[in-house]
Amino acid sequence: MKIAVCIKRVADSETRVKIAADGKSLDDAGVKFILNPYDEFAVEEALRRKEQAGAGEVVVIACGPQTSQETIRTALAMGADRGVLLEAASVPADGLAVARALAAELQGGGYDLILFGKVAIDDSNHQVGPMVAELLDLPCVTCAAHLDLAGGRGTAEREVEGGMEEVEFPLPAVITVDKGLNEPRYPALKGIMAAKKKPLEVKPAALGTAGLEIVAMTLPPERKEGRIVGEGAAAVPALLQLLREEAKVL
Amino acid sequence: MSHVLAVLEQRDGSLRKVSHEVVTGARRLADALGGEVHALVLGAGAISGTDAAGRFGADKVITATNAGFAQYAPEGYARAAAERAKAGGYGAVVLAASAQGKDLAPRVAAKLGMPLAADVTDLAVEGGAVVVTRPVYAGKALLKVKVTAGPAVVSLRPNVFTPVERPKAGAAETVVVPGDGGRVVVKGIKAAAGGALDVAEAPIVVSGGRGLKEPANFKLLEELAQAFGGKAAVGASRAVVDAGWRPHGDQVGQTGKTVSPSLYVAVGISGAIQHLAGMRTAKVIVAINKDKDAPIFKVADYGIVGDLFEIVPKLTEEIRKLNG
Amino acid sequence: MAPKFHGVDFYNTDSLLSEEERAVRDTVRGWVDDNLLPVIAQCYIEGHFPKQLIPGMAELGLFGANLPEEYGCAGLNNVAYGLIMQELERGDSGVRSFASVQGALVMYPIFAFGSDDQKKQWLPQMASGKVIGCFGLTEPDYGSNPGGMITVAKETADGWVLNGAKMWITNGSTAHVAIVWAKTGALDDQGSIRGFIVPTDTKGFSAKDQKGKLSLRASDTSELVLQDVRLPKDAILPKSGGLKSPLMCLTQARYGISWGAIGAAMACYDEAVSYAKNRLMFGKPIGGFQLQQARLAEMLTEITKAQLLCLQLGRLKDAGTMTPQQVSLAKRNNVSMATDIARETRRLLGANGILAEYQAMRHLANLESVYTYEGTHDIHTLVLGQEITGINAFS
Repeated sequence: MKIAVCIKRVADSETRVKIAADGKSLDDAGVKFILNPYDEFAVEEALRRKEQAGAGEVVVIACGPQTSQETIRTALAMGADRGVLLEAASVPADGLAVARALAAELQGGGYDLILFGKVAIDDSNHQVGPMVAELLDLPCVTCAAHLDLAGGRGTAEREVEGGMEEVEFPLPAVITVDKGLNEPRYPALKGIMAAKKKPLEVKPAALGTAGLEIVAMTLPPERKEGRIVGEGAAAVPALLQLLREEAKVL
Repeated sequence: MSHVLAVLEQRDGSLRKVSHEVVTGARRLADALGGEVHALVLGAGAISGTDAAGRFGADKVITATNAGFAQYAPEGYARAAAERAKAGGYGAVVLAASAQGKDLAPRVAAKLGMPLAADVTDLAVEGGAVVVTRPVYAGKALLKVKVTAGPAVVSLRPNVFTPVERPKAGAAETVVVPGDGGRVVVKGIKAAAGGALDVAEAPIVVSGGRGLKEPANFKLLEELAQAFGGKAAVGASRAVVDAGWRPHGDQVGQTGKTVSPSLYVAVGISGAIQHLAGMRTAKVIVAINKDKDAPIFKVADYGIVGDLFEIVPKLTEEIRKLNG
Repeated sequence: MAPKFHGVDFYNTDSLLSEEERAVRDTVRGWVDDNLLPVIAQCYIEGHFPKQLIPGMAELGLFGANLPEEYGCAGLNNVAYGLIMQELERGDSGVRSFASVQGALVMYPIFAFGSDDQKKQWLPQMASGKVIGCFGLTEPDYGSNPGGMITVAKETADGWVLNGAKMWITNGSTAHVAIVWAKTGALDDQGSIRGFIVPTDTKGFSAKDQKGKLSLRASDTSELVLQDVRLPKDAILPKSGGLKSPLMCLTQARYGISWGAIGAAMACYDEAVSYAKNRLMFGKPIGGFQLQQARLAEMLTEITKAQLLCLQLGRLKDAGTMTPQQVSLAKRNNVSMATDIARETRRLLGANGILAEYQAMRHLANLESVYTYEGTHDIHTLVLGQEITGINAFS
């Protein structure tokens, strides 16, 4: 099975956000960067499917700055076979530009499956996977929390409001994956050593022109300080009065 | 002058409430761009509730039908919406960033060769360009983004654009979409055990954490939610979802859902940063916890310290009285 | 879900690590947070080693991590090995002891003193956790003076017969194999000490857990008894000879312990800082009171010093120039400072500090053992004293 997994290097979820001097980006001093958690599920899924099939190749592709090589190596340490970095000084805000660069790399690769994490936890754009599918004219399912593949077709389950949507589709396909699809493996220490020796190609990202421009990044307004209304069940009437008269939500 | 295409959402032949927010957002843009709002809803036949679109500001409501459109058909819907957007020369296309919208919007944008400003919490027109605000880093920062290529494809975060009545003609049109639903086929939706109201769309969310002690005790929160008369959903912290007490769809937080209700009641939840990421934009936050040092009290507008097993039933009783 | 640990790195020692070393550290750190921390308090109270973690540890490659890949090991450098020990001991000293014994005291002697056949037979199985080993050197009456041991191995026509007893043996009761050190010559001849691979199911071998421990409770500590244990000729580690051999193993283990102690210190410091910032008394966080700030400043200083110390020690080991005396300095210093940090954290936590749901007291109790084993603090003091002055002050 030939599987491509598109991954992203993101700031750790516990990062304290500071705005950089340019007023438009994250100040990355002291920030820990990791493989996007949803991408871990994608890499794990690729590795499992290749292992099940008995043969194949798992290629991981990232679009980003030079430092993304470390992230690619994390995926290689988990067991991916080779990596490609589409280098861009910074990842554009325009997901379509990223999708264009990835599609150009994936085109003609003969992949049975192209996997993505459903969303990157930094920009929460939630779009690159299906955009790549459009550009490659491949069927696409997003947010797959359960996946079955057999005989050139697949079924997936995805969370929607009020339940799980069941979807059927033919292969090859692009699938973005959700938490719960599998339990990602830790990179074995041997894998970390082996990752250094696996092929990692670096090429410029063919982003094209971006159609979105960041004007500013700001911190959200601080919530006004609240207060403890009282103790125990006796405080309930006072709370309700405040919710009705002061907050006006009831 | 530019018109705005509002892509609405239906399920089982009925317009979903989030569509009112989409029309409201589209109306705001259309007023700034000096144009009309044309609402588009895709389905297999007539969709009930579409008259609401006119009430919230749609000049036209187009129902686009195809036998394969009863369930969400990703490829068919994307094709139909994109073709409509191209044919109508719209200045902007607006969708909800609902589960369906998050799937559909990128496809439509890519088909149009246009960027997607996703999950926005505010939008405006500045110097002729659509400018949006969107939360990033789990809501720890806000990004102001200008759309420099058009039409702007924008998806709205649910529960943020409070529907505003702006009655317009809402002239109904029906058009048949040729072709089929596409290669990706939705077989159906398995309903989750709980209520029909999703935490991400409910105006009131009552959430529980480990303080509830046992899964059976969530009954207390279900009763409280019911007392609000169908407007409240029961949410859960990651701890209780991981422990298997509540389904993942109820999880509020960084690895669950981000919710923006008018009222969020956190019961027996300590307030870990990851949970706060999911609910910090609620209009009003109430916390009930026995530990007065719990971090949740730092973000709550109002708090009650004490035993939730005494406080919650009392709260339920009083809310029932309020609602008659 | 255990909260994730973010490290203590006041002097940006991370910038002195290679990408692989950081990746190894981060992987074990995450594994410890997800798998060890959620169960360790209960294991400690109940007094048993979390055996169910062995397969996971093996899969990660934690056993004999600095031994070559040809034996199924990870082939990491010694800084990476040290970082593994650091993160394991951040979880619990008893669990780190398990890995230290398996790697440095069982796999290492086979690697250093064993025949090719022995290496091929045992090392891959030990790396995969299928075979667990223990190290039999210490005896009831011979701790700090291992050269005085009275366990003997008499050569026979077809092999060896071993008689004796060992005590304070980590993994003893669960081990499949014991590396036993015995005198093959006269009792006053330290030079006759040789190492033997003893399958624990050999007739005459028995292991019994020592009960009533108030420290290293999440670890198996056993007495070994060898009563006419008959072994084939090839049970001996052919390249072993003299007290030097087991001491070389101890140097390996002590190196890992020097790093491990930093992990325990970090766990306690992290707990202390978090508590100090959140615990309110007299209207403000206790971290705002001068005496608590002094405690925290002291802790951070000692951890930072120890980190830089170990990093250089690891680089020296990788360069092949590390001496046992250099290890003595690190083990002595780091375990002592970690014990102090654990105690001060326990005190900062107030009454909460005596509960198992907080880590400090468990680490404190454990570190008392770590202070004593692998060369007591005082012994290492004399090692340094002799190194400095040239004068043996041991007796």
